[in-house]
Amino acid sequence: MAPPIEPSIAILIVWIFLYIYSMAGSIDFGASFWSMIYLKKNVQAGKLANRFLSPTWELTNTILVLLVVAVVGFFPKAAYMLGTVLLVPVSLILLLIAVRSAFMVFAYSVQGYRKTLRVIAGITGFFVPVLLISALPVTEGGFVEVHGGKETLLFAKWLTSPSVYMYMLFGLSSELFLSSLFLADYAREAGDESTYDIYRRNAVIFGPVTLVVAVITLLMLEPEAGWILDNILEQRWWFLLSTVCFLIGYSALWFPHKEKKRGKARMAVIFVALQYGLATFGYGIAHLPYIVYPYLTVNEAFTNIDTFYSLLRVFTIGLAILLPGFIIFWKLFLKDKKYLQQE
Amino acid sequence: MDRVTLARAFFGTSLAFHIIFATLGIGLSAMVFLSELLHKWKNDNDYAVMAKRWTKTVAILLGVAIPSGTIVGVQLSLLWPGFMKIVGQVISVPFQIEIFAFFLEGLALSIYVYAAERLRPSMRVLSVFLVAVGATASAVLITSANAWMNTPAGFDMRPDGTVYHVDPWKAFFNPSFFDAAYHVVVSALMTGAFAIVSVAAYRLLKARKQDSETAYHHKALFLSLSVAFLMSLITAMSGHGAAQNLHQYSPEKLAAAEGLFETQRYAPLAVGGYVDPETHEVKYGIEIPYLLSFLAGNRFDTEVKGLNEFPPETWPPFYTHTLFNLMVGIGMLLLVLSAAALAYWWKYVRKNKQSYPKWLLWCLVFSGPLSMLGIETGWIFSCSGRQPWTIYGYQTTAEAATRAENLGILFVLFTFVYIMLCVMVSIVIKAYFKRNPLQKDLETFALDR
Ligand code: HDD
Ligand code: HEM
Ligand code: HEM
Repeated sequence: MAPPIEPSIAILIVWIFLYIYSMAGSIDFGASFWSMIYLKKNVQAGKLANRFLSPTWELTNTILVLLVVAVVGFFPKAAYMLGTVLLVPVSLILLLIAVRSAFMVFAYSVQGYRKTLRVIAGITGFFVPVLLISALPVTEGGFVEVHGGKETLLFAKWLTSPSVYMYMLFGLSSELFLSSLFLADYAREAGDESTYDIYRRNAVIFGPVTLVVAVITLLMLEPEAGWILDNILEQRWWFLLSTVCFLIGYSALWFPHKEKKRGKARMAVIFVALQYGLATFGYGIAHLPYIVYPYLTVNEAFTNIDTFYSLLRVFTIGLAILLPGFIIFWKLFLKDKKYLQQE
Repeated sequence: MDRVTLARAFFGTSLAFHIIFATLGIGLSAMVFLSELLHKWKNDNDYAVMAKRWTKTVAILLGVAIPSGTIVGVQLSLLWPGFMKIVGQVISVPFQIEIFAFFLEGLALSIYVYAAERLRPSMRVLSVFLVAVGATASAVLITSANAWMNTPAGFDMRPDGTVYHVDPWKAFFNPSFFDAAYHVVVSALMTGAFAIVSVAAYRLLKARKQDSETAYHHKALFLSLSVAFLMSLITAMSGHGAAQNLHQYSPEKLAAAEGLFETQRYAPLAVGGYVDPETHEVKYGIEIPYLLSFLAGNRFDTEVKGLNEFPPETWPPFYTHTLFNLMVGIGMLLLVLSAAALAYWWKYVRKNKQSYPKWLLWCLVFSGPLSMLGIETGWIFSCSGRQPWTIYGYQTTAEAATRAENLGILFVLFTFVYIMLCVMVSIVIKAYFKRNPLQKDLETFALDR
């Protein structure tokens, strides 16, 4: 009998959400980080980051919830296992997110404390992606122990593993690279060339850094996670294509622009998004069939078939209904010159 | 505390915190919508000012409502992994739809808050309408999940715990869904209205002279009082429906709420007092003969089941009687208070252009917090009245709870952050309105919006 197709569709959907969140989250957290860095040094650059953040952080947050709910709905047993194992790191993430969102809103609302609030929002924005990505190595094996049917995280090992820290570094440099690139494009859209220069320069620095960190991360995997490296080598085409996209996107920062200074920011953003997309899916395929190695596979964790189809229908209808909303949103906050250029 | 109690206390605290902001999110955005409508209809600038100032409050509260909602959403998997294993298979649909309600609300709110000046007036009203719709929808959907825990439906379970015969929509529209959702929504609208009643009454108390500001506060008070009265009435009626639903589907909970041990016809309603665990009687309460039977089934001879029908191991805790009394008591009190205040308005304020007397204003100041207390006690009653079950009849709370360690430290950490956020919210709201006094808004806010 052929294996059922539904679990594969479900994991694909979860993976797409994961990709969307990792992009949106990186830009979002990175923007609040830059907004802190440029608080004094370069007011205009900080303001631009904030102008982007104010209306969007809430949507980014909703994507996170969407991801969690999709995992619970499609793979209840994965929610069970990950929830048990990741109690402490995920709780810390939640606290940081709570403080960050609240302080960002507060900073927008009151002038008096604006600086302090933005600094706290920036610091938390720095730590959230680091912690988020540290969950990834846990699913690759070596950090979970099962005793008498009870799963626990090997906390000390997780805290001291160089591999985990490399993942964190990778998350961090990706965050800074993606957000600078995006903000450079946003600045160009706003017609603010000096801010564009600042973010373009950041992107120029963090692009190669990210690539190098990614390679080192793969070389430093825990021995238990060796299987995934083998699988990644098998999926090398995805990663090669991803690297090509990076090269094109990165070079686009120097391509001549018709009327403005050097760099085609929009093209760079698109190719780098593609780069991350290809790498994410290559990695996702390499991770199969496990959700948590070696305890839980995609098929074992899969939900009830009726629930699956109901969820699928709900997704399709929900997205279709919301699409016009997203388009209006895009027009109002990412395209409208009146919003982009306000003081 | 043992592991399960700790998990319950932890989760209960997170929810109790979230629900303050979520409820106000529903209630206040509905009030903003109403004032936008009134502004269009009466062409009175004051209502536009109200909409603006209330929106600002909603936007600040949302800064906490959303992350706290994210916390409870994720904590469900962290603290109740056993529960989520079943939830994922049976009742994940409302959670999933809820996300879309959040998206709708988030999109509409960002547009309303950050792009208001760039929108046509009709689009602005539409966007705030969608905010209210999104908030209300998310409450209805989450209530569906909670109602399903009280009256599970749409699946079968083998003795080993595997789930089969799943019908997600039957689970969604479980027997107590409509009663619960209706009650939750109207009580949230009621609470939002009373919150504004409180603030307006307080401002009128502090106002020294009659001027454009007091006129503004009078309008806000009258508008919010009218909504509050109407919603209190509907809340009481829908609460009656919820109680009848208990009578039909969760008799054990109703018996505990009323401290009723013997199954009987012509059952009395016990108001106040506490349930003595030794003698199995309600002490120091007032008994109103026949009333419980009548309320439960609309007839005096309705048979109401007592706790003795059920094994003592599954009795809910006796303090649910107090929780239920508090909620119903608050509902009745606020109904009478808002009716009295409206009658006073009709007789004196409207005709003679008088102000409200100080004592009445002081009573009104407390109505908002009381209403919020009603929400809190209502939820705690609903959740603790289900004990020892998490999914009534299928899964006990002990089975649902996490087996992870370290809960204690996390609980302390989260509680600390919740307290800090509460303090911060008050400071920020105060600071905002200090910087933007009403007078300034009234003067500068042109009709051209
Ligand atoms: C302002 C808040 C408020 C007020 C004044 C009332 N309620 Fe309520 N009640 C709620 C807020 C609430 C709630 C927070 O919305 C609950 C908790 C769970 C739920 O579904 O709704 C609730 C639950 C709830 C339940 C339990 C449903 C269950 O466990 O499934 C009953 C029987 C009642 N209510 C009955 C009443 C009655 C007879 C009231 C008379 C005035 C009343 N409530 C006023
Ligand atoms: C187990 C219980 C609950 C869970 C898991 C939950 C989950 C959530 C989540 C994840 C969010 C944030 C969504 C985002 O990122 O935009 C949220 C916000 C919200 N929740 Fe809750 N929630 C619960 C209880 C409730 C209750 C009881 C109500 C209604 C009375 C409610 C009403 C809302 C509303 C209206 C919002 C949007 C914020 C606002 O408008 O103020 N939630 N909730
Ligand atoms: C938002 C308002 C709510 C409040 C204030 C609230 C409050 C509480 C409290 C105080 C407890 C501890 C019970 C006890 O000590 O006996 C609890 C338990 C619990 N609640 Fe609620 N609750 C709310 C809504 C919900 C909703 C909407 C859900 C589910 C979707 C839910 C799911 C649970 C679960 C799983 C537990 C733990 C197991 C249990 O005690 O049954 N609650 N809640």
